[in-house]
Amino acid sequence: MSKDLITLLLISPLIGFLINGLFGKWLKNVSGWIASLAVLIPFIISAFFVFPAVRGGGELKAMLYEWIPIESLNIGFHVDALTTVMLLVITGVGFLIHIYSIGYMSHDSGRARYFAYLNLFVFAMLILVLGNNYLMMFIGWEGVGLCSYLLIGFWFDRKSATDAGKKAFIVNRIGDFGFLLGMFTLFAAFGTLNFDQVFGLAETNTYEQVFGASTLIVATLLLFIGAVGKSAQIPLYVWLPDAMEGPTPVSALIHAATMVTAGVYMVARSSILFNLAHTGVVVAWIGVLTALFAATMALAANDIKRVLAYSTVSQLGYMFVGVGVGAYASGIFHLMTHAFFKGLMFLTAGSVMHALSDELDMRKMGGLRSKLPITYWTFLIGALAIAGFPLLSGFWSKDEILHNAWDSGHQIIFGIGLLTAFLTAFYMFRLIFVVFHGESRVDSEVESHLHESPPVMWIPLVLLAIPSLIIGAIVGWGGEHSAIHNFLKGVTGFVAHHGKAEHSNPVPFMIISSIVGIAGILVAWFIYRSKTPVSEPTNPLHKLLANKYYVDEIYNAVIVQPIRGVSHYLFWKIMDVGIIDGLVNLTAFIIRGIGGSIRRLQTGVVQAYVVSMVIGIIIFLGYYLFIR
Amino acid sequence: MLLSAVIFLPLLGAILIALARHILGESGLKWIALIITLLTFVVSLSLYSGFNADTHEMQFKEERTWIEGLGISYHLGIDGISLWLILLTTFMTPICVLAAWNSIEKGTSGFMISLLMLETAMLGVFCALDLFLFFVFWEAMLIPMYLLIGIWGGHRRIYATIKFVLYTMAGSALMLVGILYLYFQNDNSFNLMTLHGRTLSHQNLLFLAFFIAFAIKVPLFPFHTWLPDAHVEAPTVGSVILAGVLLKMGTYGIVRFCMPLFPEGVAAYTPLIVTLSVIGIIYGALVAMVQPDLKKLVAYSSVSHLGFVVLGLFALNHHGVQGGILQMINHGLSTGALFLLVGMIYERRHTRMIADFGGLSKQMPIFAVFFMIATLSSIGLPGLNGFVGEFMILLGGFMSDSFSKVYAIIAATGVILAAVYMLWMFQRVMFGKLDNPKNQTLTDLSLREIVVLVPIVVFIVWIGVYPKPFLSRMEKSVDQVLQQSRSTAAVKAAAPAIVLDTTTREAKKIDE
Repeated sequence: MSKDLITLLLISPLIGFLINGLFGKWLKNVSGWIASLAVLIPFIISAFFVFPAVRGGGELKAMLYEWIPIESLNIGFHVDALTTVMLLVITGVGFLIHIYSIGYMSHDSGRARYFAYLNLFVFAMLILVLGNNYLMMFIGWEGVGLCSYLLIGFWFDRKSATDAGKKAFIVNRIGDFGFLLGMFTLFAAFGTLNFDQVFGLAETNTYEQVFGASTLIVATLLLFIGAVGKSAQIPLYVWLPDAMEGPTPVSALIHAATMVTAGVYMVARSSILFNLAHTGVVVAWIGVLTALFAATMALAANDIKRVLAYSTVSQLGYMFVGVGVGAYASGIFHLMTHAFFKGLMFLTAGSVMHALSDELDMRKMGGLRSKLPITYWTFLIGALAIAGFPLLSGFWSKDEILHNAWDSGHQIIFGIGLLTAFLTAFYMFRLIFVVFHGESRVDSEVESHLHESPPVMWIPLVLLAIPSLIIGAIVGWGGEHSAIHNFLKGVTGFVAHHGKAEHSNPVPFMIISSIVGIAGILVAWFIYRSKTPVSEPTNPLHKLLANKYYVDEIYNAVIVQPIRGVSHYLFWKIMDVGIIDGLVNLTAFIIRGIGGSIRRLQTGVVQAYVVSMVIGIIIFLGYYLFIR
Repeated sequence: MLLSAVIFLPLLGAILIALARHILGESGLKWIALIITLLTFVVSLSLYSGFNADTHEMQFKEERTWIEGLGISYHLGIDGISLWLILLTTFMTPICVLAAWNSIEKGTSGFMISLLMLETAMLGVFCALDLFLFFVFWEAMLIPMYLLIGIWGGHRRIYATIKFVLYTMAGSALMLVGILYLYFQNDNSFNLMTLHGRTLSHQNLLFLAFFIAFAIKVPLFPFHTWLPDAHVEAPTVGSVILAGVLLKMGTYGIVRFCMPLFPEGVAAYTPLIVTLSVIGIIYGALVAMVQPDLKKLVAYSSVSHLGFVVLGLFALNHHGVQGGILQMINHGLSTGALFLLVGMIYERRHTRMIADFGGLSKQMPIFAVFFMIATLSSIGLPGLNGFVGEFMILLGGFMSDSFSKVYAIIAATGVILAAVYMLWMFQRVMFGKLDNPKNQTLTDLSLREIVVLVPIVVFIVWIGVYPKPFLSRMEKSVDQVLQQSRSTAAVKAAAPAIVLDTTTREAKKIDE
């Protein structure tokens, strides 16, 4: 029974993909509804069957079929509380974004293809979280990467879009290289990639020491390289801002709510390994540095989606701080609240673009509050949530992460996290004031057909705004004894606090977080409530931020161009054509030359043959008669 | 008789075409070729259904004395390794006939005769259990391929085809010497099966004599420079057969001869070979990246992919060898599909330069789907066939006792590079603005072209999603090869006399 239902849950989006992929040409107007239904079915199964079944710490497991006849490389699933949180986020937020897309993409002639890709993405994401082993996680992992590639480059006649798609795929592949080696290390050590077996053997310390005593350290760090790629952390974050070339609902679903959080899911899933290897501290540091770094870039961005993209990178950093310091449930909690409010903000940004004929530059907006009231209010809720405004969803999850960082003895991480929280509130409200308040700077041509989005688009906004407001309080109230912690206890209950067994009082932390968040909002209000953002940066720091620290340029100059140049000149022209093929042709030339000179002996003149014959006879006779 | 039927049906077809050449029109000859190759495929399927996966022994054996005084026999048989290569050959050939349907402008009969003779020779190579017979088929393959490139090829076809033949012949000459030396060590017999029980002398030299011949065919870096020329000049079908099947004769030879017969040679040369494979993987990928010509790009990607295959084989463990053999099939499918696709746009535009294209997705959406699938298969995307092979090869390499993990780690960067060169190529050909007027009138795939590609895509997905049926049939045979390739190492390691006794006894059992 459970096996059939989970199989249905899994293949439903696959069927949606096949229908839209094969027959999309004839389905134009219904393709969106088919795709939405294909995601609604798994949501219903997750909410009304899976959720109650795993609530008391239950697990659903089944093997579907043997994939490679190597020890336990099977296709099977493993559903526990952690998976269920992911399932609800993927299918719940995913369903709303599908519905929103019906309106957003209604004028696009390629919408059947769009919905096919979107369903394929959901299918791959479900494989990623349902799998009972690392290999299956990897299959989903690369599958979502493919869909991300296809959807970023959805408008394939734009070079910037296809460049961004390719960049996303390749940068992710660099991360996947680490994931792959991590899997090999685990397989060499444990002889299996099955979660239950790997974790069981790791806890009892019965495994092959592939890299001596640091086997687990190496394995977890390699896996984490995969997470760094997929979840856009330093140094592999560069693909995510560019990924905004895709349709905006894609940014909401893939590049905010679900796919990019896969790395956090992976670390949480491997919590036992990270605890044993004590590598969480690396995770936390990468996370907090990324959080700060990305937030500073968001300060100077003028593209509304790029601000949100940097913000996503930054918030993912928070999640890694959470799972890195051992507060796995808090990290997953933030993953969930972030899916709601960031998904919401991307969709509202899409709504703004929809109203302004795809304008992205904040400097050409302003004063939209009265024209787009629903968009404004829902965006405001999202921004307050991410800024950590008291009692909204982001407040709870972010506060928990910072609190746990402090309690686990990482005061510096706590400090950087707090600074980032201030910057987050600041850049978000900079965006709000510049886009929605002040004077309108919209082109008069565009302004004439300014309109609020249709219901198919604003209803999902409202449905995402509600959890952004209240979900944090509902599941996060009570700290260690809150609903989310109780729910996730079985999976991530083991919290590795270094030395400190007791939790400090959460209330001071909540107060500090609130003050920092509100301060950020106020500073933004003070600076941007009426001011128009400058068009070109003048001071060097601003310039550095606006140019994203020149990281893309540095990567291009240090990695991309040298490899291309060396391949073209040294390897192809000199090595291959010059030396290797040159030697081959030289051999042929020499043999032909020898043949050519020997050929001269065959003159065809009988007298010459007779002369050489006589000389030969004389030599042989002379040798036998006189020398021997 | 089944194997003989599979091998010689195409030859029969070739004779039929030669006889009917003046009676039937061009299309009639093409239909004969198609029907015969399809029939061959159907007959070869009975090898699959009748195959016993529980044994490593040779099946469907046929043995008849051929030239008694010289110890030459007509000796055929297949195991779980050759089974797949035979099926790959019989599967790809009808696809090639159909692909060539409208593209051969002159001498259709000659083309089809060459193609069918080529099929016979390739099948013979994969079935022969007599060294002499093997060599006959091995060399016989050269003639039709020489004609295919030399008559139906591009502008520099004569240079390319002579280079191809001379390169191969240079290797074959060494192998012939090796075969003769084996003949004398084998009590004046060319029987491959009686060789297995023997401890051969001068294994290192023999290994090299065979290995160089096979390495040229693979091609392993640095013996690869004939490949780009041959591919660029060959007609589409020639490239498909070349990449799809002919290259695998090299890797097959390694598994069938080098590994089981000369364990000492394997032990001595593994470090060198693995180094060359890893260089080939990276080097092939980097050179592929900068190619302006689509066919050259795919040709160099073959150098990279076949590097993976050889790496897997010399991992000398279960995962590596199985992955290597599976990857031979995978490469045949994905690279075969890529050459077919390149051929399809070449027929329309008469250019293969990447720079001449751009934005084709808009004009040819069906083509775009197939091209995307073949590209992703070549990249090794999970869910498609290429991933399974690469994963097993790299896992095998990582866990190998015969070389350091570092090789597998470096090789794994080839996975990143594959994404770079394939996606960059795809972007330049398929995406962007459709601004070249010559591309604006392109027509999408015809029904015939779709029929050509669909079967390949089915297997690309099948192997990716459910590889077990493919792997389980080769399992026993792979174990056997591994055991033989390790036997001397085991002898040296453990108590000598006893182990020697058991291994030889087991080896004898195989012969019987």
